[in-house]
Amino acid sequence: MTAILDIQGLGKNFGGVQAVHQLSFSVEEHEILGLIGPNGAGKSTLFNLINGVFKPDRGRVILRGVDVTAEAPHRMARRGMARTHQIVQPLTGMTVLDNCTVGACFGRENLPLLAAREAAHEAATFVGLGDRLERPASALTIAGKKRLELARALSSQPTLLLLDEVLAGLNPTEVDHMIDVIRRIRTRGVTIIMIEHLMQAIMSLSNRIVVLNSGQKLAEGTPQEVANNPAVIEAYLGDPKLAEELHRGRRHG
Amino acid sequence: MRVMNQLSAHARFLVQLVRRPFFWIIGLVTAAFVVAPIIGNNVELREGLLIACIYIILASNLNLMVGYAGYVNFGSIVFFGLGGYICVYLMSAAEWPLAAATLAAGLCVFALAYLFGFGILRLRGPFFALATIGINEAVAAFVINFPPWGGSSGLYLSPELFRQVGGPMQALWVIYFIIVAIMALSLYLSFAIKNSKFGLGLLAIGQNEDAAAVLGVPTARYKALAYSVSAILPAIAGGLYFFKSAYIQPPDAFDLNLSLEAMAVMMLGGQGTVTGPILAGYFYEELRGWLLTSDTFSHFQLVVAGALLLVIVLFLPGGFMGWIHDRWPRLRKVLE
Repeated sequence: MTAILDIQGLGKNFGGVQAVHQLSFSVEEHEILGLIGPNGAGKSTLFNLINGVFKPDRGRVILRGVDVTAEAPHRMARRGMARTHQIVQPLTGMTVLDNCTVGACFGRENLPLLAAREAAHEAATFVGLGDRLERPASALTIAGKKRLELARALSSQPTLLLLDEVLAGLNPTEVDHMIDVIRRIRTRGVTIIMIEHLMQAIMSLSNRIVVLNSGQKLAEGTPQEVANNPAVIEAYLGDPKLAEELHRGRRHG
Repeated sequence: MRVMNQLSAHARFLVQLVRRPFFWIIGLVTAAFVVAPIIGNNVELREGLLIACIYIILASNLNLMVGYAGYVNFGSIVFFGLGGYICVYLMSAAEWPLAAATLAAGLCVFALAYLFGFGILRLRGPFFALATIGINEAVAAFVINFPPWGGSSGLYLSPELFRQVGGPMQALWVIYFIIVAIMALSLYLSFAIKNSKFGLGLLAIGQNEDAAAVLGVPTARYKALAYSVSAILPAIAGGLYFFKSAYIQPPDAFDLNLSLEAMAVMMLGGQGTVTGPILAGYFYEELRGWLLTSDTFSHFQLVVAGALLLVIVLFLPGGFMGWIHDRWPRLRKVLE
């Protein structure tokens, strides 16, 4: 297997706070890498460093052997990287189809408008928004907006997909549906890095998991290895609710 | 091969535009502007429509920046004024013919706006709006202190120059027809951009710039391009307008009031729409004409423009077209 993404010694400070510190790991092609850690561990910051929203203070981001550190987000999109946002960012006044068309037009494939519309149609249907194509994005429910984030990212036909808590705020039925969609995305050969708090989901979906704590890598390995790692359990015991979740995830995963 | 593919994609895009009913609606509006004053040789109507055309040109181009990309440009009049100065200067000092001088004005202002754009488009929201006013004031101050352009007393054109368009009487008609053509071009530009990939990118920027960038829209380049493209036709119109006046002075060229009126017209028509500026430009010209000639309200037009802006923002944020689209949703697809 070859690494599609290689993170080397990445660091970012906000004022005196080290949001991400000396972080290194790599992502293999076609895998799902889970990214977990308590709130404030630096997970979303890490996504922002990877896709160029923030410029890292130290370290490098290597995509398929090319140094892409601090490249602008739109160039990362063109290189085949797509992401969803933890706090949904719909283009509110535009329709579901137009939202996805933007992804298809300006993402990896850089399609002309007509072809983009077809790709957008396909992606929106794939995540289950096929019946709401002409609705304005603002009219969607929170679950709908989460799906839209995913549809928009998929429209660009990415090779690397960053998912930031796509399951948060969904009810159990919606979670099951979303997990199914993520599985089907993987079978298309897309590499996925996903941040998730829902342990059951991340334990069953991920090939490998990286655990962050205070901006640093606490552990890395298969879901089983991570769940049995004393350091991880200790970090999570600081947060009883999360520790319990981790425990449940281990039993079910 | 790639070039051929691109060319055929562009050709298909144009064919698509021509097939839409709106393409022909713009043609009809233009024809009406051409024919109406010819009937009965109505000079008064022609002068009124010429002002309406100027409003439509300014509002329609302003719309590319404000309505599409979501960046409020209060200083758009600087394009009109600079275009006027470049054109008048080239004609008086370098004796360029009108066509060459106006085209040069359009190109120069386009290039300048692209540079300004990269500078100030890092700013967002109210800071950008303030910077656009700053640019207008800075250019006005520069011109006042720039001897080749006549400083504060401005530049004058010799009446001789009207000969190249058939003498003073015929010149007024010729200039009017060219300005109508510039208006038509402005509307087609607005229409084509709205239906293009570039336009989709601008709309995305207007909705949520950060999300647009993550989706791959090259935001910095697109904004600078929208800003500078929206400068070309107002600059050419400025050249023609001040050629017609035969003189140009800083207070007329860089009149922020006209910027404000263009903004009012664009908002009144409905920002982000192509039809809006036509309706509102004509309406505002009629209203202005009535106010100017009425005894009680003369020189009251700016108060009205300000009040109009207020009323639109408060009660009719979508303008005329927003109201029409809400009322008859089917028209949304016809009147863009």
